[in-house]
Amino acid sequence: MLKNFEPNKVFSLTSKAPKYILLIFIIVISIGLLEALIFSPEDYIQSHSVRIMYVHVPSAWISLGTFSVIAILSFSIIIFKIKSFVLIAKSLAPAGLVFNIIALVTGSIWGKPTWGTWWAWDARITSMLILALFYIIYILAWRIYDNTEKVNKITSLIAILGAINVPIIKYSVDWWSTLHQPASISIFSKTSIHTSMMIPLGLMTAAFALFSILIFLMKYNTELIKIKNKGLDRL
Amino acid sequence: MYGKKVKLRLLFLSFIFLIIVLSIFLILKSLEENVVYFISPTEIKNLPEIDNSKRIRVGGMVKEQTIKLSQNEVSFVITDFKNEINVNYSGAIPNLFSEGKGVVAEGYLSDRSFLKAKKILAKHDENYMPPEVKEALENNK
Repeated sequence: MLKNFEPNKVFSLTSKAPKYILLIFIIVISIGLLEALIFSPEDYIQSHSVRIMYVHVPSAWISLGTFSVIAILSFSIIIFKIKSFVLIAKSLAPAGLVFNIIALVTGSIWGKPTWGTWWAWDARITSMLILALFYIIYILAWRIYDNTEKVNKITSLIAILGAINVPIIKYSVDWWSTLHQPASISIFSKTSIHTSMMIPLGLMTAAFALFSILIFLMKYNTELIKIKNKGLDRL
Repeated sequence: MYGKKVKLRLLFLSFIFLIIVLSIFLILKSLEENVVYFISPTEIKNLPEIDNSKRIRVGGMVKEQTIKLSQNEVSFVITDFKNEINVNYSGAIPNLFSEGKGVVAEGYLSDRSFLKAKKILAKHDENYMPPEVKEALENNK
């Protein structure tokens, strides 16, 4: 199934999925927004600007997660020559970039009232900007090269090199003194976000994840149709 | 399990990857001074020499009961619980600036224990909670 990729079979599945995902997304984001904007309490020190976190943090998580997935797929593409991963990796990038930009912009809007500055060249923020640049280079590379064999290799290499940045982003707040606060949620210790604030954060993360899957599927279906139009029944 | 070619590709890619990770590590290590956003009062104390004309950032906690407001000026003490530095500043103060909270002051050193700040940034910590919870925590202390 992995080696012999049949666009028609895949398309019959992925073309039906978006409408169901859209439905679930609308339900989850409605509840999430109600929780985030109305029902959740204000913070003891930031007051209402804490609500920006419910957009900022999920966006940052999803852009990081998406890039990690692209990198893993790219690794398989280069080492094991799994062709069916090529279009998946390619189609994941736009949603990842969008959420990366949302994370940067909302962080900036939050930073002004809380820190007193729109932007700081600290390790976390700079490494997040570098991730956005990697997304842009990755997407541009797909547009620049025509040669199939070449473009697969180049884009995959970009993703694998960009993956080095992912742990740097994650641990930047621990390794260096940064203006950005350290992580509040960790597997090994108690989270320092109150439960009443974890609920909207979880819901918004789920909603954004669904949204990025939706964007991914739309892009993926477009790519499949492109292949169909070229008259190829396999890659 | 895998063919010779797969192994060769894997070896080659891991080799490139390792070299690049190593070079990034070395670059970051040598640029450490610029990667850190601020230095602590202790690090200032240990500086071999101080440069009055260089703009620097000092970070730490605002020491309790040290904020003094006068006309257009505010002065306070930044502490890292080992060493302290006096800060003098006039200008806009961010909302989150208060005693016992994190702060980053950017400006010029007069000497090892005095900073003339040009900009003040408040640092937020990783705690998020509603005001009632904070009150309950304070009462339990």
